[in-house]
Amino acid sequence: MLAFLARRALATIPVLAMVAVFVFLMLRLTPGDPAAIIAGDNANTQQVDAIRAQLGLEKPLLAQFGIWIGKILQGDFGESFFFKKTVADLIAQRIEPTLALAIVTILLAVAVAVPLGVLAAWKQNSWIDRTVMALSVAGFSVPVFVIGYVLIYVFAIQLGWLPVQGYRSISLGFGQFIERMILPSITLSVIYIALIARITRAAVLEVLGEDYIRTARAKGLSDRQVLVHHGLRAAAVPIVTVIGLGVAVLIGGVVVTESVYGIPGIGRLVVDAVLARDYPTIQAVVMVFSVVYVALNLLVDLSYVFLDPRIRY
Amino acid sequence: MTKRSIIVAAAMLAAAALPAAAPAEAQQKVLRNVMHSDLKILDPIWTTAYIVRNHGYMIYDTLFGMNEKLEVLPQMVDTWKVSDDKLTYTFTLRDGLLWHDGQPVTAEDCVASIKRWGAKDSMGQKLMGTTAELAVIDAKSFKLVLKEPYGLVLQSLGKPSSNVPFMMPKRVADTDPNKQIEDFTGSGPFVFKKDEWKPGDKTVYVKFDKYKPRSEPANGLSGGKVVKVDRVEWLAIPDHQTAVNALLAGEIDYIEAPPHDLLPVLKKDPKIALVDWNPLGNQYTFRFNWLHPPFNNEKIRRAVEVAFNQEDFLKAVIGDPAYYKPCKAMFICGTPLESAKGTEGLFESKFDVAKQMLKEAGYDGTPVVLMHSTDLVVLTNLAPVAADLMKKAGLNVDMQSMDWQTLVARRAKKDPPNAGGWNAFLTSWVAADILNPVMAGFANAGCDKAMFGWPCDETQEKLRDAFAKETDPAKQKAIAEQVQERTLQIGTHIYLGQWYQPAAIRKEAVAGILTTPAPVFWNVTKK
Repeated sequence: MLAFLARRALATIPVLAMVAVFVFLMLRLTPGDPAAIIAGDNANTQQVDAIRAQLGLEKPLLAQFGIWIGKILQGDFGESFFFKKTVADLIAQRIEPTLALAIVTILLAVAVAVPLGVLAAWKQNSWIDRTVMALSVAGFSVPVFVIGYVLIYVFAIQLGWLPVQGYRSISLGFGQFIERMILPSITLSVIYIALIARITRAAVLEVLGEDYIRTARAKGLSDRQVLVHHGLRAAAVPIVTVIGLGVAVLIGGVVVTESVYGIPGIGRLVVDAVLARDYPTIQAVVMVFSVVYVALNLLVDLSYVFLDPRIRY
Repeated sequence: MTKRSIIVAAAMLAAAALPAAAPAEAQQKVLRNVMHSDLKILDPIWTTAYIVRNHGYMIYDTLFGMNEKLEVLPQMVDTWKVSDDKLTYTFTLRDGLLWHDGQPVTAEDCVASIKRWGAKDSMGQKLMGTTAELAVIDAKSFKLVLKEPYGLVLQSLGKPSSNVPFMMPKRVADTDPNKQIEDFTGSGPFVFKKDEWKPGDKTVYVKFDKYKPRSEPANGLSGGKVVKVDRVEWLAIPDHQTAVNALLAGEIDYIEAPPHDLLPVLKKDPKIALVDWNPLGNQYTFRFNWLHPPFNNEKIRRAVEVAFNQEDFLKAVIGDPAYYKPCKAMFICGTPLESAKGTEGLFESKFDVAKQMLKEAGYDGTPVVLMHSTDLVVLTNLAPVAADLMKKAGLNVDMQSMDWQTLVARRAKKDPPNAGGWNAFLTSWVAADILNPVMAGFANAGCDKAMFGWPCDETQEKLRDAFAKETDPAKQKAIAEQVQERTLQIGTHIYLGQWYQPAAIRKEAVAGILTTPAPVFWNVTKK
């Protein structure tokens, strides 16, 4: 197990190095000049040039890359071009809303999608199965922002039950926190629920056709016991895998959801930074997302040991 | 104990451990605003961005302020006088002016602040260029000695828009103008709460209890800056629809710039009022690049002026005539320098005339690379209208779409259009920035010293200098008319009419919004 962990940790190094090179070059190839944006619309060429020099953007590309990588290796993400704050501070300020939204969304999605998928598989070809799958296709097809606006219109504007926008830290009170988290997490979880429900259905269907399930039924076990103890446990590996891989979908959805609900999280930070061509911030956030994604996949791999006794590392 | 009861008990314990919202916060009068942009930079001299200018008005004060009639009146200054030869201006500060750290405002602070502003701002640079001496007389007085009479001393010090000459403590104003300040001590009516500033989330200001307002009632950016709320929060809600929803739901009190397509939604709601806080509005502009064909030819630029009309642009972008006005005055309709001189035969889309002019100019079909900004609603539809009108006149147009930030970077390039450069683009100016020939950036025809587009015309520059030196308002107006005529004749840019951006407020909660060229929040009450 330890050797596996070490191998996987080492394997992340080239992945992250490639991400670093790719992000750096993509940004530099994108049109736009942060100095011109900072200077403002009324600035003249001399003012823009002065800011460009101050930001170090006149140095050769290779030198800029070397400086950035050198700092990254020392754990320094640099300073944002715009905010006069270190990028680490910016990320620290924004991480809580995003983490909270992601955790609530994942919990909600798993709690809804897994039972729905199991139910659809158990009642295969019934109206329940067809309804769940139709909803799943719809959930996957409707854009996140459309779901967001519809929920806001119904529950915040018309019914006035929940706030339109904003985020309150859980430290300011659980009630304020959760009432601002309900609509965004439902919005974000729709696509995730659709994904997990479909995979759960397929995985459980495959398992239900196995000989040992027939044996369990022949032994006189109830449907519930067969489904939960024999079916779901054996189908857990693909389900957990898709939950882990689905984080990529979640990250994309976070960007939109945070904008629609005015949540000051990492997703919004990325949008702001891209629009402003704030290179240090974009580079750092993409690196952080990459590390999180790689770490989650490692955790998913490790979880197989506990879910399927046949797997050994 | 069952599993369920354990979970319930744990949840109740967790909920009990969390503190409730502070009751004091509920008693405060808090104005919650959504501004046109998030505040990311805090130095209003380092950048010309309007959101930073607005931040400046919250925490800094100015020596002079412009009232609703565009008259410049003393603000921090108590009295001022000018010598008979019009070369020496002496200013004395009001009693009781304090910085947010409790220290008194001194003449030394003001001199340092003017020098830093004068190093960055175009109008400030012109003033400093004609200044022989800027010196402290005593703790409350200082003098500005000119090399020659200059007609824009007070207009410069009372400049309402970017860069505004905000006063800062000397220790802050001594910062290199090309570096951002890091100390945000002002002497304005609000104090910036740096510890609560979260870019991308919110910016917080609290009332400065020791601020001493002038005794006159507030009028534009002049008069008493009396703060009537405890706290102002600028919330960053970049999505317009979400901001409008939040206003309708009563979660926020004010939106500075709701997009025009959402105004009908707001108008329909009886709880919402639209406030025209800036009646001067904004002016759309088409900018030529003088460096490359075909717009390096004066006759071709003039043909475009003949082909254009203002109404088409204003209709396409703003739509509702309540929020736009065709205006032939370069220095804004409704101001002392309003004039239609030099506009005869222009802005009437006379395509036959334009075609004939292009023929006479020897236009050879060189494509016009027109940059089209796609992500700012108030600009998006301008370029397609311009392209259509130019095509009807016989020009070959290559409209290239891009986001505004790409356009901003590209417009600074002097390269030929087929090598990453450009021929033309459209933008919008806040009227307060273009009230006279010296302020108006696009009127500058100083070749390399001019803004992107780099028009080059000695006569124009002589006229602008003459305007700056003239102290008689009637003569100033005559020169401004000559500048307008010359601008249209040589074609530095084409102005395309005025448009207005109302703010949206919660009618029952908010009152006292002032008529100003920049949004300010003194005098505003909150129920």
